[in-house]
Parts: sequence; structure tokens; C-alpha cells
Amino acid sequence: MDDVILKIENLSKQYRLGLVGANTIKDDLKRWWYGIRGKEDPFLKIAEENNRKEKGGSNYVWALQDINFEVKQGEVLGIIGKNGAGKSTLLKILSKITSPTTGSVKSKGTVASLLEVGTGFHSELTGRENIYLNGAILGMTKKEIASKIDEIIEFSGCQRYIDTPVKRYSSGMTVRLAFAVAAFLEPDILIIDEVLTVGDAEFQKKAIGKMQDISKGEGRTVLFVSHNMAAVESLCTRVLLLRNGKIFSEGTPTEAINTYLSSYSFSKRIQDFEAENNIPTQNGISLYYAAVENASASKKTEIIDITSDIDICFRIKNDTKESTLSVGYDLKNTRDQVIFGSGSKFECPVNKVSEVSCRIPAQFLNDDVYQIHLYVHSASMITLFSDTEILSFEVKDVKRESGYLGKINGLIRPNFDWSLKTY
Amino acid sequence: MNKNNTNEWLFTISSKRKLIDFNFKEVWRYRDLLLLFVKRDIVTIYKQTVLGPLWYLIEPLFTSLIFTLIFNNVANISTGAVPPFLFNLAGITIWNYFKVCFMSTSNTFSANAGIFGKVYFPRIIVPLSVVISNLLRFAIQLLVFTCFFVYYYNQGYQISLNNHTFLFPLIIIVMGMLGLGLGMIISSLITKYRDLKILIGFGLQLLMYLSAVMYPVSYFKEKLPDYAWIIEYNPLTFVIESVRYMLLNTGSFNINMFIYTVVVTLGIFFMGIIMFNKTEKNFIDTV
Repeated sequence: MDDVILKIENLSKQYRLGLVGANTIKDDLKRWWYGIRGKEDPFLKIAEENNRKEKGGSNYVWALQDINFEVKQGEVLGIIGKNGAGKSTLLKILSKITSPTTGSVKSKGTVASLLEVGTGFHSELTGRENIYLNGAILGMTKKEIASKIDEIIEFSGCQRYIDTPVKRYSSGMTVRLAFAVAAFLEPDILIIDEVLTVGDAEFQKKAIGKMQDISKGEGRTVLFVSHNMAAVESLCTRVLLLRNGKIFSEGTPTEAINTYLSSYSFSKRIQDFEAENNIPTQNGISLYYAAVENASASKKTEIIDITSDIDICFRIKNDTKESTLSVGYDLKNTRDQVIFGSGSKFECPVNKVSEVSCRIPAQFLNDDVYQIHLYVHSASMITLFSDTEILSFEVKDVKRESGYLGKINGLIRPNFDWSLKTY
Repeated sequence: MNKNNTNEWLFTISSKRKLIDFNFKEVWRYRDLLLLFVKRDIVTIYKQTVLGPLWYLIEPLFTSLIFTLIFNNVANISTGAVPPFLFNLAGITIWNYFKVCFMSTSNTFSANAGIFGKVYFPRIIVPLSVVISNLLRFAIQLLVFTCFFVYYYNQGYQISLNNHTFLFPLIIIVMGMLGLGLGMIISSLITKYRDLKILIGFGLQLLMYLSAVMYPVSYFKEKLPDYAWIIEYNPLTFVIESVRYMLLNTGSFNINMFIYTVVVTLGIFFMGIIMFNKTEKNFIDTV
């Protein structure tokens, strides 16, 4: 089973930015003029690396650049990367929706892609009619669908509504029906883009179970793009990390996910104002240093996951007249909801730097991005120092023991004791 | 398993493309999808309407009625021995088939961007399904025409089929190919330049006047002999005139013009396929 089934060579894709207008005609004419003289497309040279944040000089960017990789028969390849890293473009090329600017893709098997569930569903048609239509769009013949229709209907769990127009369905039922059709596709290579994030918990479990059957049981080759690290970790055999349109690294799921998460820059974990020579001072209180540290790992800067103890540290110089300070913070999520506030009184000698820190235990915060709002009060509760976005960090959820891979509900996720008595 | 397996690729996706890259085998493999699209179009178009498929009939009947009042009763255009209403109905039935094929195929890419952006199947399935599903609509309208034909025939009008009527199916195929071909050409250009969408709106109106829908070609020749060539070299004119000739035995049928029309139609059709194939590869980036 060591056969290469899919081979991607020097694949690049260029996009034009900006609006379509008179300049488009000019560029098209120029390209055509170079084309008929047998010269290379002049716009290939001026394109730039795709970095969404920097404003570039050229109107052309590479969404993908020099992508080379091979996929072996039976492999489940995960593709991860930030938004705009080129994941979707890559999938679109592999599923023939758009063609590459240069390079080639060679395949030894049939490809079916699932970039969305329920493509082509028509709301006026019944569930059964839509199974046929959607199945045919995905490349099945009528005969194939007819032989599987009972299984599909059963898997979807919509038996009762199957002869009702889809417009009467709840959105959850539509998704179930759509996924059920897709689950019974039998291509050699299946391409999946983030479809597992839909539906309720019960259905997700079913869907992931089916995915596991497809990849492990039936030995099918799967390419899987997702932001759900828990799903990538448990389903994939190998992971490709894309960054700015290039392959950044490649390896086992654990390696690639770690590289990815640590390069992720949602977080402002360490603020060394002293080293940067940019010390904020308000009412005699100066903040020298602030950090969110991973207390469970040997390296304090390691990514924080659900199982890490978290230390929040502040180094403060007290230039006020009293030594009693009340230091605290509010922990907020990105939707600006305060999860909790915590603070304490300290004796901080005047004109000296003191370090205070607070530990948030592991298994307490949920998988989310959090912000720290620091404040320092005097003994009489007058606000001396306040900064709403001094630090931010992300708690990641990587390993899961239960089969469920979706996000667990709640602002926090405490690990309470459960007990069992049997009578 | 190890013999030759580096060379036996099932398919290759690359940036280089042939001029005519029409994979008939692939289209054939998706024939069920074609049929399902046709079925979908037919079943869903008049859902939640009170009159349903009756709209197929109301539209041409009322248009013919208005045309008869304006062009024949007010403007006094003569239709010879044929009753003007029947003359107009024949013209409008065939013109409508062209119009619907052309209009629906010309926005193939923009109307289906949602599906095309998510899944691959031979894109030509969509315009083909439009042409086929509208054939049914055309057949229903033709049935109405037949009813009126029988009615007027019994009234003693001099209308009849003739020895060219057997070419009628061929003429319909020509009309379908013209609509499909022109539609595909426009659909390829429209993805980038939306100006065309506005253009075809009134362009079709003008084209109808230039295609002898509501007057016989002989009448135009008589009134404006200097400009008659515009009408004559329009392949649509020939199709419409032939339909009237075959069904009502009025006007003329010239074998040279028939060959000319078929050649032009094939030219437009293949150009449509070439442009459509070229566009389908990358349109999703521009649409």
C-alpha cells in the first residue's frame, strides 16, 4: 500500500487583487499579446507573496507558491494553516474548481470533494429528490444512489420527512441529510473542507465516526482541511502546514499542530516594557513587565492548552506615597464578556519593583481567546493604573479522551468530580 | 502493483490547456446529472404559483394577441393568406425557445457560482440541461399552436404543411444550438465584464425586430430593400421563416440559405464551446 495516488508538482496560483475595470482589459490585452508571441505571461514575475497584512506594491499575489507533495494510498492528510494561508485555494485546485497558474496535479484515482455539504440542494424538492440530485452533483450515478438510498436515509435520521420539501426542514436536518449523501460517496480520494463543524453533538459524533470508518476501515485516501485541531489530531496520519501560500512544515499531526499553534499570533503573551524602553506609567504606577506563562511546561512560553496551569505575572514599580496596593485583573473573552475578576492587596515597598502573580488552575478555562484587563488601586480604592488589553492569550484544546470533537459549551470548562453508585 | 505505476495517471490538472478540450466521455458519465437538472428545472419552475404550467401557454398567447393588434390591425402588416394571429404565434413560439435558451445559458456562470465554486462536474451540463428542459416548454407551446392551427384550418383558411415539414426537428436543433452557442459565448464574457448583462437586456429586444418575428421577410424587402440584407443574413430570420414555411406554408425556403445557416450555427456553437471551456477553468476567481 505504498503507492503514490496523488502527486502535486510546483503548483502555484496567482490572483489579481483590486477591482475589475478598465485596467483588467489592459492587462488581458497585454497578456494575450505576450501569449501570441509565445512569451511568458508578464504578470507572473511581478506577483508577490501572499501576506494579507502588508500592503504590497503589485496588484498580483501568489495564493499558492511552489507546492510540492505526494499523497499515498490510504493516507489521511490534514492541511492546516491560518485564514488566507492557501488551504481553500489548494483544495479548489485539487477538486478542479479552478485551475493552477503553473504546475500540475496528477492523480491515479477518482476525486470527490466535499467543500460544503448540500451543494445544489433545491428547497422545493423533497428530501429523496435532493438525495438523487446532490448525489449526482457529487459524481454518483443514479444506479449507485438507488442502491444506497435506504442506507442514506437511515444514516440521516430524517425518515419521517423524506418525502417533504427540504424548505420545511430545520437547518440541522438539512445538514444531516446532506452529510448522509456525502458519507456514501465512494471515490478513491475524498477531499473534505471543514464540514464537521456543523450539526449537533450527536450528529458530529456520528459524522466523525463515519470519517474514521472511511479513512481507517475502507482504506480510502482523504485530504482534510480543518481549524478543529482535535479532529485533525485524531483523524489524520500526516499533516501539512501552510503559511502565506507555501508549505511551512510537514509531519506527524502532533508536530505540525504544535508548530502551527506556536506560530499563531492571536496572543500577546509577554510584554517586556522595560526591555522595549516603553514603560507605561499612570499616577505613579509603572508597569515593567506583564506575562501569561504556562506553568505546567518546562518552557514558560509553551502553548497553553486545557491541561496547563497558567501563571499571570506583573512587575510593578510603586512611585506613590503609600505602600499598600490592590492589584487585580478581569479576564474577558473576545466578545468582551468578563469571565471572572480576581485581585488581592499587597505591600509593595515605595520606589521599588515588585512582582505579583496569580495562578489559574488547569482544566478551568475553555478553548478560547482571552484578554486581561489589569488594574491597580490604592488602599482607598482609587484607580491608579488601568489597561484593558494588556495581555491576551489563547487556550487550546488538543487532546480529547471522549469521542466528541466539537467545542464544549460554556465560558469556562471546570473539571468537576463525578461519582457513580450502582444499586 | 508496481509495474509502470509512475506513468499511469488517471488524470492530470495543469495550467496548460488545449484549444478544444471537450471531454465527451466525462459528459456522458454525468448524463444522470443532466437528466436530474432537467427534471429539477421542470418540476420547480412553477412551484407555488396558482396557474402553474398554464403560464407556458398564457405568455405566447397574449404576446401574439398584442402583436396582432399592433402590427397587423394598427400598422397593417400583411401576412398573406395566413391569419395574423397564427402567423405571430408561430414566430413567437420559436423565438421564445431561442430567447429562453439564450438568456438562461448566458448567465450560467453567475447564476451557478454557488455550486460551481464548491464542486466539480462538467460545466456544460448546466447549459445543456437548460436547452433540453426548455424543449419541453417548447413542445407544450407547439401543442397550443396545433390547436389553433386545426381551428383555423377548419375555418377554411389556406394553411397547410408541406414537403419540407420533415426538416422541422432539424430546424429546432439549429435554433437550440444557436441559443446555446450564443449563450455560452456571452456567459464566458459576462463573468468578467458585467456590462454585457445590461446589453443583452435590450439587445434581445432589438434582435427580435431584426429576426422577422412579427413580419414576413418579403414585406420588409418591399418596404426597405436597402437594409434587407441585415435581416436576410441573420440566421435567426432564416429559422423563423422556415418554421412558418414548414408549418403554415407561407414565405420561402432556400436551400443555400439553409446551408449558410447551418454553417454559421455550427461556427457559433463551436466558438461557444471553446470559450466556455476556457472560462470554466478559472471563472470562479473572477465572478
